[in-house]
Amino acid sequence: MKIDRRSFLSLGIGVAAGTAFSPLPWKLMDDVSIWTQNWPWTPVPAKGESTYVNSVCTLCPGSCGISVRKVDDRGVKIEGMKGHPVNQGGICALGLAGLQLLYSPDRIKTPLKRSGKRGEGKWVSISWDQAISEVAGKLKELRTGGQAHTVAGITGGGPNTLSRLFKRFLAAYGSPNFFNTPSIDNSYRLALQMMNGATPDATVGLDLENTDFILSFGCGLLDGWGSPVHMFKTNTAWRKTQARVIQIEPRLSRTAAKAYQWIPITPGSEGALALGIANVLITESLYRKDFVDNYTSGFEGVVNASGELQKGFKQHVLDNFSPKAVSEITGLDPAAITLLAREFAKAKAPIALFGRGQGKLPGSMDEALSIHALNMLMGAINQKGGIYALPTPDCQAWPAVPPDAVADSGVKEPRLDGAPSDVYSRLNQLPPAVLSGKPYPLNVLLVMEANPLYTMSNSKSVQEAFNKIPLVVSFSSFMDETAQNSDLILPNHIYLERQEDAPLPAGFSKPVISLSKAVFKPLHNTRHAGDTLILLAKGLGGSVAEALPWKDFEACLKQAMGDKMESLQKTGYWINTGAVFPDGKTTFTTPSGKFEFASSAFCPGFTPVKIEGDASYPLLMIPYDTMRLASGYTANPPFDTKILEETILLHQDGLIEINPKTAQSMGLSENDRVLLQTPRGQANVLIHLEEGIMPGVIALPRGLGHTAYDAYIAGKGVNLNGLTGPIADPLSGLDAAWGIKAKLSKA
Amino acid sequence: MKAEENHGNTKKFGMVIDLDVCTGCGSCMVACMAENNVPFRKDESDKLKSITWMRVYKLSNGKPYPETDICYLPRPCQHCEGHDGHSPCVSVCPATATDYDMQTGIVSQIYTRCFGCRYCMAACPYHARYFNWYDPVWPDGMEQYLNPDVSVRMRGVVEKCSFCIQRYQAAKDRAFMEGKTDIEESDYQTACTQACPAGAITFGDLNNPAHAVYKLKKQPNAFRLLERLGTNPKIYYLSSREWVRRAGDNYLKNEGPAKIG
Repeated sequence: MKIDRRSFLSLGIGVAAGTAFSPLPWKLMDDVSIWTQNWPWTPVPAKGESTYVNSVCTLCPGSCGISVRKVDDRGVKIEGMKGHPVNQGGICALGLAGLQLLYSPDRIKTPLKRSGKRGEGKWVSISWDQAISEVAGKLKELRTGGQAHTVAGITGGGPNTLSRLFKRFLAAYGSPNFFNTPSIDNSYRLALQMMNGATPDATVGLDLENTDFILSFGCGLLDGWGSPVHMFKTNTAWRKTQARVIQIEPRLSRTAAKAYQWIPITPGSEGALALGIANVLITESLYRKDFVDNYTSGFEGVVNASGELQKGFKQHVLDNFSPKAVSEITGLDPAAITLLAREFAKAKAPIALFGRGQGKLPGSMDEALSIHALNMLMGAINQKGGIYALPTPDCQAWPAVPPDAVADSGVKEPRLDGAPSDVYSRLNQLPPAVLSGKPYPLNVLLVMEANPLYTMSNSKSVQEAFNKIPLVVSFSSFMDETAQNSDLILPNHIYLERQEDAPLPAGFSKPVISLSKAVFKPLHNTRHAGDTLILLAKGLGGSVAEALPWKDFEACLKQAMGDKMESLQKTGYWINTGAVFPDGKTTFTTPSGKFEFASSAFCPGFTPVKIEGDASYPLLMIPYDTMRLASGYTANPPFDTKILEETILLHQDGLIEINPKTAQSMGLSENDRVLLQTPRGQANVLIHLEEGIMPGVIALPRGLGHTAYDAYIAGKGVNLNGLTGPIADPLSGLDAAWGIKAKLSKA
Repeated sequence: MKAEENHGNTKKFGMVIDLDVCTGCGSCMVACMAENNVPFRKDESDKLKSITWMRVYKLSNGKPYPETDICYLPRPCQHCEGHDGHSPCVSVCPATATDYDMQTGIVSQIYTRCFGCRYCMAACPYHARYFNWYDPVWPDGMEQYLNPDVSVRMRGVVEKCSFCIQRYQAAKDRAFMEGKTDIEESDYQTACTQACPAGAITFGDLNNPAHAVYKLKKQPNAFRLLERLGTNPKIYYLSSREWVRRAGDNYLKNEGPAKIG
C-alpha cells in the first residue's frame, strides 16, 4: 500500500484520536502525578499520644523550666515551662534545640578506649566494667604510690550536687586539685566577700526587677548574661516601669541597641569611668550619706596594719579621678561623665553591674571593686533593687568524709594552680603548671561537663599541656575537643536523660533550686556521671568507698536535697520566697563589721589590664557573645547554626567586625579575606563592615571554630581562644583579659 | 457581599510584634523550625536558600559611629488579606496550592498541590516563601523529633509560615471535646509567640475586641511592612523609633510613614 500524504495524515489523526479516547494518557498522567507525590525517602512522623513532661534545662547556668512534648516515647519539642519562676514560659534558641542534642548521631554511645594515637579518632568500644576497672586501677596504683595529689578534676557545671560529689570524690581520694570553670560569678562573689563580708559560698542575688536605673559596664544583659531568659523578661518589665539601661561598651551589641543609652568608651577603661562617676557623686554630695556614714568603713580613711591612718576611698577618688582625668582615659566628654553621674544619683534604685558579654571570664578585680563601690555609694546593698549576698541553700547534709592518712596528706599538697582553695580555681594557671611539671607533674585528668581544650584561651599551650598528661578521662556525652583528645571516655547521660539539681540561676533575686528530670530513658549505653563516680569509689575501696557510701546518685541527691526533694519532685523547683535578706549571718562579717569601701588589704583603683601585644599590632580585638552561639561545653546544635547571620558565618568562614572607617584606611572592604594575627595566634577571617563598632577595635564572636562535635559545627569560623591568652589578675589570680592587640593583612 | 466572604464576624488571626522589646535573639526562628519540621543543611549561610518561615532581619539607621542604631525585625508570613482575600501569592498560584481562608484569615499552603512553579515567591513582596531545592535529610536518628502534626515537605515545593495552623486545629478539637463552642485566646498561640523570651510577639484574633492584638494594632506607633502596596498584611509592628517605622516602606525623604489601612 502506498502511503500518500492523505493516508498518512488520516492515520496520524486516527492514532491520536484513538489514544485520546483510550484510558492510556489519563492513566499515565495519573501515574505520573502519583509518582511525583511519592517520596518514600521523606520521613513520616509516627502519631501517638501527646504528653508534656516538665524539667529544667541545664545547658547553661540559667536553669530555665522546660516542658518537653512527647509523642509516645519520642520527644518532639522543648518549650518553656509556664509559671516557672525563672523563665515564666520563655525559652532561648539553645534550649529549643535540645532535642537535636538528644537525638544526635554523633553522641558517644558507649564507653570508649583510644586505640590509635591521641586525637587520631580511633576508638574501641569497651564495657562499663572494663572502663571502671581501668580508671579505678590506675587511680589505685597512684594512690598506693603516694601520688594521689597528681590527679585533677575539671568540671564546667555549676555548684550542683554532681560537682560537690566530684569534689568530695577527689578529696576522699587525696587530691586538692578540683577545678571549676571560673566566670564573672567568681568576681561577684569575691567583691561581695571583700567589700560586704559575705561568706565565700554565698551566691550573688540581684533584685533587678525593682531597679530603675541600670549602669551596665559592658554586661550583655540581652546577649546571655546571667540567666538569659530571666534577663529578657526583666528587660521587658523595665520597659513598662520605664527603668533606664545605660550600656557602656565599645560595640553596639544587642544590649546596647535596646538600651536607653549606649555610651561607647575606650575598651578597658570601665573601672576608671566608675571612679569618675564616684568622683562626681562625692563632689556634688549626691551619694547616700546616711548609708555611707552608718554602714560603711574605709570611706574617709583607712587604718593600715601598722596603725597609721591612710587615705580613704573618698580622698583617693577626689585626688585621682576628676571627670577631666577620667575623660582622658575613657575618651568620654567630662560633661557627659558628670551628667551620667547625676542621672545615676537621681534614680530611686540604681544599680551598677559588671561582667563583659555573657560574663564568661572573671575579669579585673580592681574594675569589679570600682564598679561595686558605686552600689555602695548609692546604698544598693541588701536593699530593694540592689545586690544581695544569698546564702547557698543548705544542701550538704552528707556525713563528713572519713579521715584517712593518704587523703589527708594528699589534700595538704599545694594546688597545681597555686590558688589557696578550690573556691576560686585559677584554671588558666593549670596548663603552665602541667607544662613545667611544677610543683609536681599531673598524672591523671578527669573532665566532667567541660571542654577545656576549646573553652580555655591560649589553645596552643592548653593542647601542649594535654599532650603531657599521661591519662585523660572524659565523662562527656559528646565527642567534643577534650573527649577527642582523651584516652578513655565514660559517657554521661545527656541532660534530658538524667536526674540532677540545678542550682540558683545567676543574678536571680531569690534562692531557687530546680530539679532536672530524666525525661527520656537513656538512648545509649551511657551512665550518669554521678553513678560512675560512686562506682569508681567502690572500685578504689577503703576510705574512698566509705566517703561515697550511696547506692547510686539518686540516693546521694535525695540525701543532699533533704526535705526540699518533695517540692522538687512535685513542682520541679524549690523557691524560698519568704526569705528575708540580709539575715545577718551572710553579711557584716568584714573585719570592721561594716561594708568596706577600702581596707588595709585593698582600695578600688584603676590599674589597666596589660593587654598583650606591642606597637606592631595596631588594632584591639575584643570578643563578643551572641544568643545564637553556644560557646561553653555545649556546642551549637544545627538549628542555632542555621540562624547565624551571614555577617557572622559565611560558608566555612568566620567574619570579623570592623568599623568601615578603619577598614577603608587599610584598603579593606566587605567580605575581603584577611589574615588576623595576634601575639597568641593567627587565622583567616572575612571582613564585615559594621558601623556600630568603635574605630580601631575589631570584634570576633565566641563559639565558632570547633574542630570536634559534628559536621554541622566543626570546621566553621575561628575559635577566639586560639587567638587570645589569659592575664592573671593581681588580686584574684583569675583571668582578667578582655581583649588582645591584633593586626589584619590581606590574605 | 456575604459576611463570610469579607471576614465580617469571622476570625482574623494576626500578630503584633513590639520591636522595642524584640532583642533579635532568634528564639522565634528555632521555635518555628522545631514545631514545623523545617529541615536544615550543613551550610545554611546562603540565606536565599535557607528555609526560615520566621526570619529575623537586622535593620540599621545607616548613620556612622557613634550615631549608629540597630533594630531587629522578625518576619513571618504576613498573611496578606489584600482586598477581599486577593493576597499577592494567592492571586498568582496556578495550582490553588495556596489559598486565603475567610474563616481565619490564614494563607494556607498545600504542599501536595504545589508543583514548584514559584510564581508565589515572585509575587510575595516580603520574601516569606521558600522553595525546597533539596529533599530534607535528617542525620540518622534525628528524624525522631519530628512533629506528627505537621507534614514533612519534599523537594520541589514551596513552603511558608502557616501561623501554626495545626495548633488551631488541635485547639478546635479540644474545645469540641470539652463541649465548648469557641476557643479562648490562650488556646491557640503560635510556636514563636509562645517561645519569645522577651514577650515581643502578641498573637490573636484581630477582629475580637477581647484579644490583646485588637487594641495593640491601634497604637499610634503601629505600622505594617510595605503599607502602600495594598497587601493589607496581618502582622503589625510597634516601634517608638521613627527611623524604624520609616524603614517599613520605601519612603521618599519628604514623605512621612503611611497610615495603616
